[in-house]
Amino acid sequence: MNTQSNTYTFLYAAIMVVVVAAVLSFTSLSLKERQNMNKEVEKKQNILKAVNVASTPANAVELYDKYIVKAIIVDSEGEVKSNDKVETFKVDLKKENKRELSKRDLPVFVFNKEGVGEKLIIPVRGKGMWGPIWGFISMESDRKTIYGATFDHQGETPGLGAEIANADFLAPFTGKQIFNQAGMFTSLKLAKGTASTNPHAFDAVSGGTVTSKGLEDMLLKSLGSYEKFLKSSK
Amino acid sequence: MSDKEPLFSAKNRKLLTNPLGTDNPITIQVLGICSALAVTAKLEPAVVLTISVMAVLALANVIVSLLRNTIPSRIRIIVQLVIVAALVILVDQILKAFAYEVSKQLSVFVGLIITNCIIMGRLEAFALGNKPWPAFLDGIGNAAGYGIILVIVAFFRELLGSGTLYGFQIIPQAFYDMGYENNGLMILPPMALVVVGIIIWVQRSRDKSLIEN
Repeated sequence: MNTQSNTYTFLYAAIMVVVVAAVLSFTSLSLKERQNMNKEVEKKQNILKAVNVASTPANAVELYDKYIVKAIIVDSEGEVKSNDKVETFKVDLKKENKRELSKRDLPVFVFNKEGVGEKLIIPVRGKGMWGPIWGFISMESDRKTIYGATFDHQGETPGLGAEIANADFLAPFTGKQIFNQAGMFTSLKLAKGTASTNPHAFDAVSGGTVTSKGLEDMLLKSLGSYEKFLKSSK
Repeated sequence: MSDKEPLFSAKNRKLLTNPLGTDNPITIQVLGICSALAVTAKLEPAVVLTISVMAVLALANVIVSLLRNTIPSRIRIIVQLVIVAALVILVDQILKAFAYEVSKQLSVFVGLIITNCIIMGRLEAFALGNKPWPAFLDGIGNAAGYGIILVIVAFFRELLGSGTLYGFQIIPQAFYDMGYENNGLMILPPMALVVVGIIIWVQRSRDKSLIEN
């Protein structure tokens, strides 16, 4: 057969596209369930990490069920809309962030462990250098002081922006204040080298300026939408 | 596979070993530089990318080699691209389902694998004209040659830039107390080029036959 003819070339391309599409969609469909399960487990691990509870993929679900005693959805006015744990877990921040603030579902996870006490865990989501960044911030029961933080990213550069997921970067967040002494919401600001003495600032990642700024913006917007909830004592 | 030629004949062994030294894809052919800049700030992603490139390049080489007599020459680049892209997506999907942690590290490199010049270069230069077994060896050899350079560059950048290796602290705290500081320049991409340049320099000064007239 003449493999250089137009008909052959067209047929070849058409068959190739169909075969490749079939293989890829079959793989995607058959693996979807497992992939979603992995994502859920990862989210539970991240929630636990925000309150400094280490977990493995194997025991994350068990620990989550044990320590996350309650999960609620609040609105921007701080009113509770739902207290269904499963429903709260399923809230998709990517979709919520596109809605008007007053219509958003804002999830809050309540952690409680003997000897540690009650902490609130708030999910945050924003833009990094190459794609979305997200994480969880846990607050002391006074609702002003950060107890722990965990961040993750889709594609920040290893060694640079990706450092936001590192323990060394996360540890200094503990004890930071998101309200000033007058009770005004300040969030946390970027600082270069002076963050250790400033309760309202965190250090930038060297070589990861865009990611660091994205993180600052994410904290301001995400924590900001919880301002009224955090100020109320409900 | 040829009927009489043994699996690891001298010729086939060369396919594996040449790209490690005298025909290295990065230092001699000067391909795949972009990913060498991007992923070598830490040792771990460099190793993960090496393994992934090895899997994709070996498989793509074999597939293109099997199809080499049927591919219309006018659309051969597109065919190669589709094969590589499909393989990369397949690898990524399977990792996401069965090795989620690895897939998270890999996610940023998926695009880099598809655009890696070494892959298209080997498909064009070798797989289109050779049988599947030599094509497989060529894929493994070139990916390994690429990986060696990646690991060497990442070793120096992580050690001097962050004081760690594979995430573990190597430079003792006592050094820092005495005034030692990590070299922040090492973690920035330009230093990868400088380190690659030094490797090329060392390699050429040791093996004069590599120097062009």
